[in-house]
Amino acid sequence: MPAIHCRDLIKRYGDVVAVAGLDLTVEAGECFGLLGPNGAGKTTCIEILEGLTVPDSGAVEVLGRSWADGSGARALRERLGIQLQETQMADKLTVEETILLFRSFYRRSHSVDEVLGLVELEEKRRARISTLSGGQKQRLSVACALVSRPDLLFLDEPTTGLDPQSRRQLWDVVSRFRAAGGTVLLTTHYMEEAERLCDRVAIMDRGRIIAQGAPSALIATLGAEHIVEFALAAGAPVPGADELGRLPGVRAVRPGPDRTALTVSEVHRAVPALLALVEQRGAELSMLATHHATLEDVFMSLTGRQLRDA
Amino acid sequence: MRNHPLVQLTLARAREFYREPEAVFWVFGFPVVLAFALGIAFRNQGPDTLHVGVARGPGDSSVAAVIDRSPTLAARVLDSSEAQGALRAGRIGLLVLPGDSLTYRFDTTRAESRLARLEVDDLLQRARGRRDFTVVRDERITTPGSRYIDFLIPGLLGMNLMGSGLWGVGFAVVTARSKKLLKRFMATPMRKSDYLLAFILSRLMFLILEIAALVGFGWVMFGVGVRGSIGALATITVLGSLSFAGLGLLVASRARTVEAVSGLANLVMLPMWLLSGTFFSYARFPEAMLPFVRALPLTALNDSLRGVMIEGASLASLASPLAVVTIWGVASFGVALQIFRWR
Repeated sequence: MPAIHCRDLIKRYGDVVAVAGLDLTVEAGECFGLLGPNGAGKTTCIEILEGLTVPDSGAVEVLGRSWADGSGARALRERLGIQLQETQMADKLTVEETILLFRSFYRRSHSVDEVLGLVELEEKRRARISTLSGGQKQRLSVACALVSRPDLLFLDEPTTGLDPQSRRQLWDVVSRFRAAGGTVLLTTHYMEEAERLCDRVAIMDRGRIIAQGAPSALIATLGAEHIVEFALAAGAPVPGADELGRLPGVRAVRPGPDRTALTVSEVHRAVPALLALVEQRGAELSMLATHHATLEDVFMSLTGRQLRDA
Repeated sequence: MRNHPLVQLTLARAREFYREPEAVFWVFGFPVVLAFALGIAFRNQGPDTLHVGVARGPGDSSVAAVIDRSPTLAARVLDSSEAQGALRAGRIGLLVLPGDSLTYRFDTTRAESRLARLEVDDLLQRARGRRDFTVVRDERITTPGSRYIDFLIPGLLGMNLMGSGLWGVGFAVVTARSKKLLKRFMATPMRKSDYLLAFILSRLMFLILEIAALVGFGWVMFGVGVRGSIGALATITVLGSLSFAGLGLLVASRARTVEAVSGLANLVMLPMWLLSGTFFSYARFPEAMLPFVRALPLTALNDSLRGVMIEGASLASLASPLAVVTIWGVASFGVALQIFRWR
């Protein structure tokens, strides 16, 4: 039985279609990522799955139950851990008091010590929430989701706005939960996060899933593993896409406003050829960079836009 | 037991309240300060000295001397232009024009002027030889229960119950909603009834302290007692507190921002501050308004509190105002639950 299964989800807010016919299956024990730019419908989607938003149409099953089943809904909530994007806990309470409060809502639960250990907040136990850093607040928020010993954990943009160190600490929390056999559904607009944490991702854009699969499989669909980006100095005309495409090892060309990106299978052949072409034109490079292809490049090749500012 | 959601929610409410010094001041300090200031300002002292002017002219100083003999009157001899100004500005309540026949000049709409006229006339007539036919003796008394502070303390108590009910519940609910905490709670198996009940319980916890602060202060500072039974007082305050907690919930049931709920709470409370007889008796309002005024929850609560504290009334005799308080509470609670926005 899959942990989450939904079909044909549709949700409109007035004229805006937030979720436009979504099918999704998350298997028990996997970490699944909903990936997409802001406004792609990730939060609406996850909140429908969490039973907090009612879809206009479509069917949702979570851990084999439906949210429409009134008496079953509370039993279902006992088994979920939910972290919402915008929740601010009460400033005047301490970390311990907040966890005790959330803990009291569940029949089975972790002790305060256990859950503080899971998110590594032991030393902040008696601190008021108003004194916590952004990363600590976020870990507390996840602690409140984990306190119920959930089978299924929902995380909505858990690391947005955090510094790199706090982000890594949260990734560790998620990894430990996975290692203990938990299922995770998370949303993010950080590629690195999705590649690092998720077994499978679904790339969302404008309320739809435009690609789905393991991160490595999605990157493989680009047909090459490397991205070469370059720009020419002093506004020299960039060689045409067809000309660049004929260079050895180049699989695809994406012209952009300030740089041109080449999807490349063999960097060691493509780069010298590119340099030769530029020199032959009498132009000069102002920038040249190569990186391994990421989900970001997948998103760009699918939509022609960048994730971050899409 | 300690791990019951109701206990934890109530504790959280209580902590959020007592860790907010401003809130604690408005609930406990402010009414006491108000009672103190008003109790001092309107304390029952000896009658005020009435100032009387005597216009300059033949015999002015002898007239002034006669008036000055009274401990409650003070006379000054004034030039006519000066006298007119003093009379107009209220520095003197009465102007005497001396002579064989006397003229009193005063504003008949001012009670103290009329009083000064009576006293001055009495003194001057006697000085000129009038005889009294009957022997009279004055007995001065001050009855506890009839002073302004006795009237004020129950009113402040009622006003305080209203304020802490509306602000206490309203602010907390809307703050939780605007911080998406309410939505976060909805993502847990928490029962909605536990959440709402926790507000009631934490209100009752602080209620005891509120009453103790204000009634205790009135008793120690001004000797304001409770004539009726403490049990009756407790029953009325619990009822009043629950009723206003219901109104607070109603006010907070839809609002998304703290500003919105402040506006609504003020809108609800303002008419009651003015009309419900906290600082002065609502009997001063026109007869036609009284049924409306009496239907307000704070009026009914104030009447009940005064009934018990000043008149020593029993709960049975206060059935109708208490019914008004109860109906407001039940109705607002019921409507609030129907329209409450849980996210």
